[in-house]
Amino acid sequence: MTGWQTARPGRVIAWTLLVLGGIVMVMPFVFMLSASLKYNHEVYELSLWPKEPTLDNYRYLFQETRFVSWFVTSLIVATITTLSVLFFDSLVGYTLAKFEFRGRQVVFIAILSTLMIPTEMLVIPWYILAKDMGWLDTYWGILFPGLMTGFGTFLMRQFFMSVPNDLIEAARIDGVGEFRIWWQVALPLVTPALSALAIFVFLGNWTAFLWPLISTTDKDMYTLPVGFASFTGEFQTEWEMIMTGAMVATLPALVVFILLQKYIIRGIMLAGLKG
Amino acid sequence: MIKAWMSRSVAALALTLSIGVGAARAQVVEIEYWQYTFPQRVKAINELITKFQQANPQIRVKHTDLPYNDYRTRIAAALPAGQGPDVMQLFYGWLGDYTRAKLLQPLPADVFPPARIDAEFFPMVREMKVDGQYYALPTAVRSLALFWNKRLFREAGLDPEKPPQTLDELVEMAKRLTRRDAGGNLTQAGMAVDPAAQDHHWWREVLVRQFGGTPYSADGRTVTYTSPQGLAATRFFADFFTTHRVAEVGFMTDQVTQFRSSRAALTIDGSFRLAAFDGQRGLEYGVTTLPTHNGIASNFGSYWVNAITTKATGAKRDAAARFLAYLVSPEAMELWLREVGELPARVEVASTPANANHPKYGPFIRGLETAVATNFVDETAQRQIMIDFVDRLKIAGASVEAALAEAARAEQALLDRANSPR
Amino acid sequence: MAQSSGFGGALYEGLTIGQKRAVTAWLFLALPIVFYALVRFYPTAQAFWLSLTNWNLLTAPGFIGLANYQRMMVDPVFWQVMGNTLLYLALGLPLSLGLAFLIAYHLDRVRVGHAVIRALYFIPHITTAVAIAWVWRWFYQPVPVGLFNEVLTVVGLPQQPFLRSTTQALPAVLVPAIWSLLGFQIVIFLAGLRAIPQSYYEAAAIDGAGSWQILREITLPQLMPTLVFLCVLTTIGLLRIFDIVYAMTGGGRAAPGGPLNSTKPLVLYIYESAFSSFEMGFAAAQTVVLFLILLAITMIQLKVSKK
Repeated sequence: MTGWQTARPGRVIAWTLLVLGGIVMVMPFVFMLSASLKYNHEVYELSLWPKEPTLDNYRYLFQETRFVSWFVTSLIVATITTLSVLFFDSLVGYTLAKFEFRGRQVVFIAILSTLMIPTEMLVIPWYILAKDMGWLDTYWGILFPGLMTGFGTFLMRQFFMSVPNDLIEAARIDGVGEFRIWWQVALPLVTPALSALAIFVFLGNWTAFLWPLISTTDKDMYTLPVGFASFTGEFQTEWEMIMTGAMVATLPALVVFILLQKYIIRGIMLAGLKG
Repeated sequence: MIKAWMSRSVAALALTLSIGVGAARAQVVEIEYWQYTFPQRVKAINELITKFQQANPQIRVKHTDLPYNDYRTRIAAALPAGQGPDVMQLFYGWLGDYTRAKLLQPLPADVFPPARIDAEFFPMVREMKVDGQYYALPTAVRSLALFWNKRLFREAGLDPEKPPQTLDELVEMAKRLTRRDAGGNLTQAGMAVDPAAQDHHWWREVLVRQFGGTPYSADGRTVTYTSPQGLAATRFFADFFTTHRVAEVGFMTDQVTQFRSSRAALTIDGSFRLAAFDGQRGLEYGVTTLPTHNGIASNFGSYWVNAITTKATGAKRDAAARFLAYLVSPEAMELWLREVGELPARVEVASTPANANHPKYGPFIRGLETAVATNFVDETAQRQIMIDFVDRLKIAGASVEAALAEAARAEQALLDRANSPR
Repeated sequence: MAQSSGFGGALYEGLTIGQKRAVTAWLFLALPIVFYALVRFYPTAQAFWLSLTNWNLLTAPGFIGLANYQRMMVDPVFWQVMGNTLLYLALGLPLSLGLAFLIAYHLDRVRVGHAVIRALYFIPHITTAVAIAWVWRWFYQPVPVGLFNEVLTVVGLPQQPFLRSTTQALPAVLVPAIWSLLGFQIVIFLAGLRAIPQSYYEAAAIDGAGSWQILREITLPQLMPTLVFLCVLTTIGLLRIFDIVYAMTGGGRAAPGGPLNSTKPLVLYIYESAFSSFEMGFAAAQTVVLFLILLAITMIQLKVSKK
């Protein structure tokens, strides 16, 4: 690919448009940031720059709410879920992409079909299960439904399909065990997809609302979105607090994204070398 | 199958545990109390629980509060699993839903004699009586009043200490308080109108009655607001945003935001709003009783109630009744007024001279005398019908008659469905 | 995994290579299958059963045959909601995928500021629907506060009602939905683009292929698995659209999905049936219909992509 110095005019135009588009994309977010820096009485003027900028909302969030507990719960739940999903979904996706066996298509469609039932219909059976097993108000109770996902399985299957078969066959001829072939040969080739999966699973759990809401009553077990829901009352919503919450919640997700997107690029180089 | 197996193993486990624990904590009954999250309410209930437990050491109350928007969702998920509260708070307008779902049990008549409740509480509380039995009781009640923005009155050349007393004055002042830009776009509403907030109550129980009609038949089973009087009241309401154009539905997203940000000069709202308006810097406002019409004063009253769920049986039921009795005692009502700012539900507690002449609570307490609580079968759905009415008028371009007829048809269908035996 | 020991091991050794692989495959799948059965398939089967009952959460479910389905067929709101849902899909799928590909394709070739630009496009996806909705609702307001109407009046065009209109509200809700969906699609597209071996491009460059030709003959065919994935996932996501509609139209105390149900999608109707009206049977019947539609569309998409 060409560097900056050899760029053609078309490339420069494309670059400019991309940057402009990116700024448009991020504008609503800037408004949120601005609202989080305003006092309650100013928040209804949708001006970009606060007249009296304040960190009062952030102080309130850290000192007057159980923000730290919510943060810890969210972090534990999102991290464990992400690790579990990375392991199981890539294993299942690999099996469905690279093994020939009867029933493969049925298993694939069955797992894919789990994406087609809205969570709203699943929470009541989950609640009964969690209650019977004594999992309510525990980390395990919040995270168990998400340990494996149809989404990740599908994603990984698609990416494993483009891994050349010769590599796997070569490893088999060398007498490498099937599990190790997956772990050491196939998995490194799909690092970009793994990183993307990690980002989305982390995010999905970080912002999940309905099930964490239903499975917890103990305020210290709330996740961030459930905790922030209490800023909405019967008659009014503390918007400046919702915006502050959204800002603070976005930050860790952004960090995860920035960290992992480096792996997406590094992964390519690996794939590029071997391919 | 899986569920049955799990339930069995859990039951066995629970039995083993309860034998051990039961011996150690004999005679102590624990009941669960649920309400929605609101800092002042949570604090008030915690104080009440502490006092109650001191007086009743054999009863423990576990207090859970849940985000308001998801309160019903949480209850819906907990019930089939046999979880949830023994005593719970609910909006009075939900009572129909909850009793039809067999979620609530009648309050024991020995602890809560219906005749005494009829005599001691504000009359609107009788909506909680089904077939002669009370199902729920409030600690506090609410009514409506008119809020006006003193600064905007001054800017419009009106006397900031003279709010409108009648509906005619209300319309005249609202016209003078409306501002539009060169393009004709509304920049300041004379009156904040929002059927989703309190205005659907104002229309139903205040305007319709002031124009000489009734919203429903005496048994509450038939819609009667399509009468000529009802139609006149509806026209008066619609004129605010159709003819007079002193209001726009959805302006600044909602009614409260309009008034808070001084973009609306007048608004009708409840006592629960005082705290929010007091906390708004730069907002100088007053409160007065609702404008009269034809010499008729009317008001809408509403309240949150405490009820005993069907989950509570035996000793828990007795404990639940005891706790509920304490929650509606004069002592609890005084504390509630102090901590939450909601008006006592017992006449004698509310109507002390100090309360009735209070500059901010006064207009609301005086409003209680004429307050009617609508006998809702499903408050959310009935409010939505009014929102849809305004949308048909404003967005779909229907006439007042046609939109009102459509609303009446929808609401009658809802009443019929609720009143038909299942 | 395939270590032989004892009787089972002896049995395993007697299998053909194909059979051994099948055993390994099922071994890899064993735990996930137990998991899915318990957490997904069982509740799904239960929803199918509940759709034939009048369960209201409290009393025991009573079998009522197809009454819920009959009610659905004659319920005008159900058909309106169904139409809305399909409209979300018909508008949202081509628009979001087209935009995302366009952006990803060009972003992939950008070296200067790549990481920053990518983050800009991704940020909307990280933000919660409630916060997004608040800002967008203000954008759609009439003047003096609404950004879009402010722009319209400045250039001399009439104000638009946006969310206060039965025809404009649905597209107005869809815009922020796509806005936050783009980040997801772009990242997947980028991962797909980067997974194409560099050597293919180098070979094409040696053959003297133009960039348009490379796009058609290498990039797009190689991107097929990614494209299928995004098509299926976006379809599912749009047919299950809920959060953003709930937050954009439900503010205050109005029921979400308005005005006059013009933005209400199927999942919101399911949610209301289940948790506002406590009509679990009716909610389950709608869920079954949604499930069957999604399954049919997905199977068609997978079939088409094989060709």
